[in-house]
Amino acid sequence: MERMTGAGVSPGAGYGPAYLLGAAVPEPAAGSRHGGDVVAEVARVEAAVERVAAELEARGEAAGGDAQDVLVAQALIARDPVLSAEVGELINAGTAAERAVYEAFMRYNDILAEIGGYLGQRVADLEDIRDRVIAELTGRPMPGLPEEAEKPYVLVAHDLAPADTALLSKDIVAAFITEQGGPTSHTAILARAMGVPAVVACAGATSIVNGTLVLVDGTTGTVGLLPSEDEVAMTIQAAEARDTALATATGPGATADGWPVAMLANIGGPRDLAAALEYGAEGVGLYRTEFLFLDRDQAPSEEEQEQAYREILSSFPGGPVVVRVLDAGGDKPLGFLPPTENEPNPALGERGVRILRIFPDVMVGQLQALARAAQDASAQVQVMAPMVATPEEAAWFVGACRAAGLRSAGIMIEVPAAALRAGDLAPIVDFFSIGTNDLAQYAFAADREVGALTAFQDPWQPVLLDLVAMAASAGVPCGVCGEACSDPALACVLVGLGVTSLSMGAPALPWVRAALARHTLDQCRAAAVAARAESTAEAARTAARAHLLGLAELGL
Amino acid sequence: MAERKVIVESAVGLHARPAATFVQTAAKAPIDITVAKPGGAPVSAKSILSILALDVRNGEVIVIHADGDGADQVLDELAAIVSAP
Repeated sequence: MERMTGAGVSPGAGYGPAYLLGAAVPEPAAGSRHGGDVVAEVARVEAAVERVAAELEARGEAAGGDAQDVLVAQALIARDPVLSAEVGELINAGTAAERAVYEAFMRYNDILAEIGGYLGQRVADLEDIRDRVIAELTGRPMPGLPEEAEKPYVLVAHDLAPADTALLSKDIVAAFITEQGGPTSHTAILARAMGVPAVVACAGATSIVNGTLVLVDGTTGTVGLLPSEDEVAMTIQAAEARDTALATATGPGATADGWPVAMLANIGGPRDLAAALEYGAEGVGLYRTEFLFLDRDQAPSEEEQEQAYREILSSFPGGPVVVRVLDAGGDKPLGFLPPTENEPNPALGERGVRILRIFPDVMVGQLQALARAAQDASAQVQVMAPMVATPEEAAWFVGACRAAGLRSAGIMIEVPAAALRAGDLAPIVDFFSIGTNDLAQYAFAADREVGALTAFQDPWQPVLLDLVAMAASAGVPCGVCGEACSDPALACVLVGLGVTSLSMGAPALPWVRAALARHTLDQCRAAAVAARAESTAEAARTAARAHLLGLAELGL
Repeated sequence: MAERKVIVESAVGLHARPAATFVQTAAKAPIDITVAKPGGAPVSAKSILSILALDVRNGEVIVIHADGDGADQVLDELAAIVSAP
């Protein structure tokens, strides 16, 4: 089946024919004028507004509950005296009624969009009221629900307004898909309240042809077109089991027998914080600080950096926040940190800690800003350097951290040399964090940016598991912060190899937490031993899963 | 001239249901009523869009102002709406 992807905002799976919400009302032409009778034109608007407001109230009456509150507020907006005064002024100046309505509403759209957040997401509500009034004025059909559609259908829309959805129920709608919207949009809130799966921000959704059978997974955000009967049955069954399991997986990460494994989020800056907190991250396992430095002629000031770090630290009181110092070079070149010579293989060039040693001031500034931000934060600040290969590099970095007053200094394990001699590095540092993506790239001499070589990036490769095992058994706490962690089965194997914390993109956290909670430490260890006994990634995956029977409950 | 300075106790601020109740109550009074943040420009208390655009959050102070017959009574009602948690 063909697939589309958006953001899953209301869990569960739904299946049915897709129907597009009634076509949008076109924008009245700019500059359109009325015939000259101002009084008649104003009266026309007043009558249209009154009909729209009365209809909204009647729908509210029929729906009751929260929907009624929303629709009463919508009717108040339609009758807003300040808005109608503005419409009146525009008509006075000669503008035609429908254009006057459009322009007056647009002013408030802009104001609310500017404020953003909750109010920004009310813009869809405002547009709906505007379109209803314009439809009344121009005699066009109201934007609305597909009346003749076979129920329950999958409702597809650009975005949904409260008036569209007030009379809907689970019997009528199997799922929602919208092109716009976010986790707090009206669609998301309504869908969760109704217990109907929803996918928002799904690019291309409104191009789905009416009547096409679609399968919507509101947890993963996947929309499948024309699925087979088996695909439908499997997806719906798996979604039910999984959603129950995910909903009950909360709190700090641990195995079934209580072995704690910190569940951390990978973040690139403040905009990732909301998701990290929503998905229950205990802290940050990888804070990529590059975003502060990109697109600049020079490093940001220590004050600016301190402010940025403070914002992150204050979000995780008491929790660990692992900050990676600037990881420049390789695939992330920075103008103010040029490599000393032209590099035919940037991935093997002066990057990570290597380039920081050439420009130590940039790193020292970063460490000092961090140390100041850490002073009055209750988060446990840990700092690590990328691309460390030798004990000498590790000692240089740890020395710089200590000089700046930072208590916990560690290194990334992403070069095979570091993993193979982890025993030499452990006495120097406070912790390790394994970056599985680069570790695979360097272990297989396979550029991770080359599409044809993606098979080498499979984190189940037994050699990669061997390298993880070496680092994880060297005697210091050892986390993993690569893509590998977001595979719940592999996460269990990593724990079995001795890994003490897992850091991943936030949406994977509930899955990994639930997978871990279903297996004991011994089961994880047995899975790890079985995987390492194989010689291919595929065989390792199969062998490990034979010990991880709890995954079936999650539909994995 | 009558005025009330009130702390907005509603968790959602002066948005959603509290905003609607506030505007409906103000609209019933036949006199001019305005709302402002301290030092800010006053807006009509009968306009839901103006009230929303004021973006009043929980814990913020607003000044409600009314002129004319029954001003004190409607101000008391409005103050009670925003100070309800």
